Formats: sequence, C-alpha cells, structure tokens
Amino acid sequence: MTTKPAPKIQRGKRRRSLEYHDSIWGYCFIMPMFLGFLVITIAPIIATFVFSLTDKNMLRPDTTFVGLKNYADLLSDPIFQATVRQTLQFTLLLLPANVIISLLLASLLKDKFKGCGFFRTAIFTPVVISVTVWGVLWRYIFQTDNGLVNSLLKMVGIQGPQWLFNTTLAIPVSVFVTLVKGIGMNMVIFIAALQDVPTEYMEAAALDGASKPRRFFSITLPCISPSIFLVLILTTINSLRVFAQIKALTNGGPGTASYVMVYYIYQMAFGSYKFGLASAASVILFLIIVLLTVLQWNMRKRWVYHED
Amino acid sequence: MKTKQINNERARRAAIVRKGLKYALCILIAVVMLFPMYWMFTTSFKTPMNVAKFPPQWWPNPWTLENYAEIFTQRPFLKYLWNSLYTAVLTTAGVVLFSSLAGYAFAKIKFRGSGILFMVILCGMMMPIEVTIIPIYTALASMGLADNHLGIIIVPMFGYCGAFGTFLMRQNFLTVPSELVQAAKLDGASQPRIFLRIMMPMAVSSISTLVIWTFLQSWNNFLLPLVLLSSSDNFTLPLGISLLSNESGMRWELVMAAATFSSVPILIVFYLCQNKFMASLSMSGMKG
Repeated sequence: MTTKPAPKIQRGKRRRSLEYHDSIWGYCFIMPMFLGFLVITIAPIIATFVFSLTDKNMLRPDTTFVGLKNYADLLSDPIFQATVRQTLQFTLLLLPANVIISLLLASLLKDKFKGCGFFRTAIFTPVVISVTVWGVLWRYIFQTDNGLVNSLLKMVGIQGPQWLFNTTLAIPVSVFVTLVKGIGMNMVIFIAALQDVPTEYMEAAALDGASKPRRFFSITLPCISPSIFLVLILTTINSLRVFAQIKALTNGGPGTASYVMVYYIYQMAFGSYKFGLASAASVILFLIIVLLTVLQWNMRKRWVYHED
Repeated sequence: MKTKQINNERARRAAIVRKGLKYALCILIAVVMLFPMYWMFTTSFKTPMNVAKFPPQWWPNPWTLENYAEIFTQRPFLKYLWNSLYTAVLTTAGVVLFSSLAGYAFAKIKFRGSGILFMVILCGMMMPIEVTIIPIYTALASMGLADNHLGIIIVPMFGYCGAFGTFLMRQNFLTVPSELVQAAKLDGASQPRIFLRIMMPMAVSSISTLVIWTFLQSWNNFLLPLVLLSSSDNFTLPLGISLLSNESGMRWELVMAAATFSSVPILIVFYLCQNKFMASLSMSGMKG
C-alpha cells in the first residue's frame, strides 16, 4: 500500500525529464538552420535598412548618416522614375497575358486524352531551362540581322524592327520572353485547380440548361478564383524581381529603356557603387513584396477555410 | 428515326472536327514552345558561315562539332560545369539536411518558442535575395570571401531555399502520426535515432521535391554569382554563358553550344521524371 504512490511520482519525474530531454533535442535540431538564417537573412535585411540611411559608397572608406536623403534622391531621380514606370508596365503587361493564356492552356489540357502528357511536358519545358540561357537564346532569336524572327518576317517581305534596340519594344519583348518561360508552371497550377471543380455542379448546371460560357463564369471561375489570385500575386512578385532575362536580352537598354527595379539596384550598387542609394531602392522593393506576400498568405488561409 | 440517325451522324462528325482542331492547336503550341530549344540545339552544330545565312538553315549542313570542341578546349566550360555542379550538390545536400532537422523539430518536438521561431523562418520565404544582396556582398568582401564559392553555397542554403525547405519538411512531418514517435520513444529510441530511422525514410517524396527544386535554384542562379564572383576560374555555367555572349566579336554558334551543353543534362533528367518535376516546381510556386 505504501509503495503505491512512489512509482507514480517517479513516472511523472521521468516523463518531465523526457520532455526536457526532448526540448533540448528540439533546439539542437533547429539550431543550424536558425543560426544560419539569423546571419544570412535577418542580419542583411536589417543592414539594408541601415545602409539606406547612409551615404555608403564602395569607393569611399568613410560613411556618414544622411537620414532620408537617399529616398528623396530616388524620388527625384529621372532614371528611378523611368525604372518604376517600366517595372509597372512590365507587370501590367505580364499579368493579364499570363493568367488568360495559362488558363486557356489549362482548360485545353486538363482532361486526359492521347498525347496530353506530351503537350503538357512541351509547355512546361522552358520552366526548367535557366533564365540566363533562355534570355540569351531569345536575344539570338530577336536579333535585328539574321535573327529568326526577322528572317521569317523577311521571307514574307516585311522589314522587321530592331526588337531589342527599340525604346518602345524592349519591355514588351522582355514580357513575351518571360511569359513563354513561366506559362507552363501557371498552367500546371490551373490544371490542378480545374480538376478540383466538383463535376456534380457542372452536370447539374448542364441539366438546368446553362450554356457553356455561363457555366464557366458561374461555376468554374468562382471555384478556381483562389488559384487565379495566387497566380496574380506570384506573377506580380516575380515581375518585380525580374533581372536575369533583362540582363541577357537588352542589358537594360537601349539607354535605360528596360531598367526594372532589380536592374536599377544592381546598376546603382555594382555599377556606380552607390550602396546607400541602392539600399534605399531595395527597401522599397522589400516593402512592396512583403505587402504582396502577406496578402497572399491571408488569401491562402481563407482558401483552406473555404475547402473545409 | 431517320432524323435521329442523321443527328447522331452530325454530332459524331462535329466531335471529330472538334478533336482535330484541338490536336492542331496543341501541336501548334508545342511547336512554338519547343522551337526555340530546337533552334538552340541545331545552331550549336552549324558552321559560322551557316549561322548567318538567309533564308535560315533549318537543318545543319554540314554538322560540325567544332563549336563544342572550342568551348571545351579554348574556353573553361568544363571548369564552369564542375563549379555549377558541385556548388549545386553541396547547396542541395545542406538544404535537405538542415531543413529536415528543423522541419522535424517544428512538427514533432514540443519546445518553448517553437511557434515564434517558425514564424521567423517562414518570413524568410518572402525575403528575395535581391533585397539582401548588398550587405551580403559587403560582408563577404570585407572578409575577403566574395570571390569564393562559399557565398553561393551558404546564402541560398540559409536563405530562401532553406526557409522553403523547412516549411516543406514541417508540413510533411506533420502528416506522420505522433503515436509513431511516442511508440519509438517508449521503446527507448533517442531523438536522432527516431529522426534518422523513422522520419527520414517516410519523407522520401518530400525530400525528392526539395532536391529537384533546390538543385534547379542553384543551377540556374544568376544574380548572386554575378555579384560575388569576379575571377573567371570561379564562374558557374550561367555566368560563363553571359560572359561569352557579351564578348566583342561574339559568335552565336559558340554561345548556343554552351547553352545547349548547360541545358541538356537538366532536360534529360526532366524528361525522365517529368511528372515529379511538374508537381515539385508548381508546388513550390504555391508554397505548400
């Protein structure tokens, strides 16, 4: 009788020590990732904010605090204004094209038929190719003399434009190249979404005599709207981060006609060594991306709720 | 009766026409998507004379291996290949190891602050490298490590790749029943043992997703090596191609040979396991 409570305490103790032991292991397991993360990601973010308030310059050893001067300089810099305009133009051209074309491709290829796997793979192939290779390849295709596009035009008697050396064409051509590269990924996202649309709804609506377009706008579109929203946000973030294809295609030119955000940051920091100014531009880019990502995450939560 | 038959016949014919149109459209799209790759491939086997021909030479005649010979012997493309390959392998190995460890701990081990620590790492998924590149460069340069492969290995490992990996692995380990861990613990298994013997074998599918995604990220990485690396001995394939294509007197057949050479290995692996690739890459787009 007297021995009965004793093992109970012991067991409790043992469990507590096990849990304590466990939590030590927990810290050990996350430690490498977490420490690396603090040094490689968190610290540089803070440093970017600090740099953006100084006149840090690679060519000068001394750095002084200048407050918000860099931000004021940015806003009055005509090149930065052009950069913002062109980034906006890039995004606004890419967004609708991306969503509409990948949605069309997805509805074309969502049902299994002979060869659909081949077509999906073909459309997805550019996603796997490196952006640099893709950019260089299209620079070759869009060459003014002997480029594939202009040769084809010449064969039907049209003198092709200087695609990559034309102020108004540089951004649209970059958008086209980016579009073709990424469309397969969005198509796969949309195929998954379209296959999740409950067939009972469609059948019921068809029985009630709803026309095909009507069924698309009243059933399919609302059902896949979370995926559309996701693709919109992803496309926006990616077009804000565009760099490698611009570097390969036009190198920012002609002049500054295809400068976009990251290209501007790269030029200011590693072309002109104005680290302070480039950091201020980075901070602006960072804030826009954070805003968009938070939006996406909230949307995703609602999506999960919606599925339950 | 007869009208019904005619109607059936008409419907059948309409279905065939629709099917034909569908195939025609699909083939047209596939040609548009694949032709650039075909053009890259064939150009890399053309002689310099034939590259600038009008009308374009659709099929190389004669075929030549001179371009490949030149990029392997006169230019250090084998060196670039090695640099790309081993940095991508090390990055991927590190991401898989560290994010599986962290993902398991976040999913299955109770410890104080795990929620907040996970949120902090989650934020890393939205930190684009473009935003942190300036301090990363100045820090590495001040230590004399800028022109070194260390940076292009560890920055993705503990940056966006590691953060995404931790998230992915945590989601994966959450689906493993906790009873399994409890049972192993009662049998006296230590946490490292549970992790290695029970958890990792169950996570093969997620790990392969992570391997594909991280390897491609590293293989295709451009901005980071462009900013960090300065001596051409250290260049990776994308930098080598960029350098080659910006030379004065640049020759397209050489550039296309280099581009083909750096894409073909990835494309072969992609065509061998296309479904896994498509699922992995679009899932990373959706972040889980």
